[in-house]
Amino acid sequence: MAVSAALALAPRLRIVPRDPAGETEALLGIGGWAAQFTPGVAIEFPDSVLLEVSGSLRLFGGLESIVERLRRGTTELGWSTVLAGAPTPRAASWLALAGEQKFIGAAARLEEALAALPVEVLRREDETHAALEAIGVRTLGELRALPREGVARRFGQRLLDDLDRAFGALPDPRNFFAPPTRFRASIELPAEVTQAEALLFAARRLVVQLAGFLAARSGGVQRFALRLGHRDQATTEIAIGLIAPSRDAEHFTLLLRERLSGLALRAPVRAIALEADDVVPLAGRNLGLLLEEGKPPGHWEHLVERLRSRLGAGAVHGLASRAEHRPERTVASAEPDSRQPHLDFGERPFWLLDRPRPLAETGAVPHYEGPLELLAGPERIESGWWDGGDIARDYFVARTRNEALVWIYRERRGEGGWYLHGLFA
Amino acid sequence: MAFTGDCAVAALLERPDIWRGDSLSRAGARGIPSGFSGLDAELPGGGWPAGALTEVLPAHEGIGELRLLGPVLAALSQRGLWLAWIAPPHLPYAPALSAAGIDIAKLVIVRTASAKETLWATEQALRSNACGAVLAWLPKVRCAAKYAELRRLQIAAEGGRAPVFLFRSPEIASESSPAALRIALGTAGGGLAVRVLKRRGTPLTHPVLLPAMPPAVRGKHSNPHVDRHPVPATAARNFPARFVHA
Repeated sequence: MAVSAALALAPRLRIVPRDPAGETEALLGIGGWAAQFTPGVAIEFPDSVLLEVSGSLRLFGGLESIVERLRRGTTELGWSTVLAGAPTPRAASWLALAGEQKFIGAAARLEEALAALPVEVLRREDETHAALEAIGVRTLGELRALPREGVARRFGQRLLDDLDRAFGALPDPRNFFAPPTRFRASIELPAEVTQAEALLFAARRLVVQLAGFLAARSGGVQRFALRLGHRDQATTEIAIGLIAPSRDAEHFTLLLRERLSGLALRAPVRAIALEADDVVPLAGRNLGLLLEEGKPPGHWEHLVERLRSRLGAGAVHGLASRAEHRPERTVASAEPDSRQPHLDFGERPFWLLDRPRPLAETGAVPHYEGPLELLAGPERIESGWWDGGDIARDYFVARTRNEALVWIYRERRGEGGWYLHGLFA
Repeated sequence: MAFTGDCAVAALLERPDIWRGDSLSRAGARGIPSGFSGLDAELPGGGWPAGALTEVLPAHEGIGELRLLGPVLAALSQRGLWLAWIAPPHLPYAPALSAAGIDIAKLVIVRTASAKETLWATEQALRSNACGAVLAWLPKVRCAAKYAELRRLQIAAEGGRAPVFLFRSPEIASESSPAALRIALGTAGGGLAVRVLKRRGTPLTHPVLLPAMPPAVRGKHSNPHVDRHPVPATAARNFPARFVHA
């Protein structure tokens, strides 16, 4: 139909040119995602993906379960699909082309199911289809009923071979699709987006595709990037780093949500792309033999990443202890879970003040919430002359009037004086 | 008629989410041992409530609120469980934590810039169910929206096994709270006096006294460098009069 004729019928029609490159990319994307269900994925351009699932049925809990996962997954990826299954790849793709969502398990039932399909599924040249129509052949069953020599003479041997492959009379080997080593997928947005949070919905489709791609490779990623394409400006890149490799789509989505919620867009976004370069091996998780009670334990890495994505990387840290006598240099921030030497320093408070607080002194007694009672000490610490941060202090354990225990010191250099440095808590 | 009625009541009382006012909470909700046998005896489930909020209200900062948790934190971290410290008021000092047996590699310290962030981070820590214990220092926020926020935390904690300690100021002792356990800390005779303001079951009227002094201080009674004033016998004198039983 001509565009003008279509517009005459439906004036509000939106005309979009067909994008073959986009279709190919989408098909490859689905192929890469679907490889998580079977290593046997073949792409049939321009619109079909074939999966050899007979070896995967047990792992995924039967045909129905695998079909349900495929249906849900492709919907999440943002595609509407027709799913069909048959003992031969050609029969399955023909059923899908005809819009028949059928799953034929037994070869015996194949004959009957295929016989009813229209000859259009053969996808021959227009002349062939015109000739078939002229002799009154509308279904594959009618075509099969014709004498083979006649069909071969009029339409060529290849048509017969195609039929034989579909019915299982000839072998039909396929070249399996090898997913690329790097992940790259993009979406053109239907309209320009000005709110960063609104991008999450589209980004989610890419994240699902990434998770499937990673599952197919038994891998995970430790970093990935979401690129936002603008009309006239350079792309905005949102890089996400993880503590440990993961391929959890829910976790990725949560991290993106935190990052997008705090983002002000420089310009409206026209397209988004998700990229992940370094795929590292990631073992699957074995389930425990006995189900433990309560919620399943979570991943602490996910928690740390989630907190960091909103509070900033520096806001979440672990502790490290160092062999160093100056109290303020004994501890440092570190990545959580870094192994620590065990050091024995004697009596030390649970809380260390960020900087020592000067204390008032009356009648040679230091005051903090009233006069302090010294309980233990002095412990002399003199150290650090070699790096300019030298100290000379006498530390005491003291009790406040409120019976809190505090760690104080008397400065031995300069003007002296008392300082509060820690709380025993 | 009476028979079926009794059955219905008995069945109702078997429900784990119903507790009776005349007995300590049933053994089903097993607590995490606090490391102080005197305290465990008074806590329903024989320890800190798991998967529920515990509010800790120290009368003054530094009187022993962390020494009280030392044994449970040490036990959990040695089992390889994570300890989340959310918005601590000062730097947790690694040498003291190590000396108390806490594996500092298992600490995750979270710094926040506002009360909202503290509550958010605490909720995330509980929801993730990735922590062996969660400690959070709540700022003194106006109480109005407070109950709903604490309720959110309580719901997030449920189903997990982690004890959750919320450190709050003693002024809020008279406000209602969804926490399963609320304790006020004071001092008595150089030790720590734990007053249970609220627990599941019968209220507890007397404080539990714990020897929570650092060992070096307990040992050194005659240090030549230090004058030692006699400690007045002021049992639980640090409890403000407005503390009430919840």
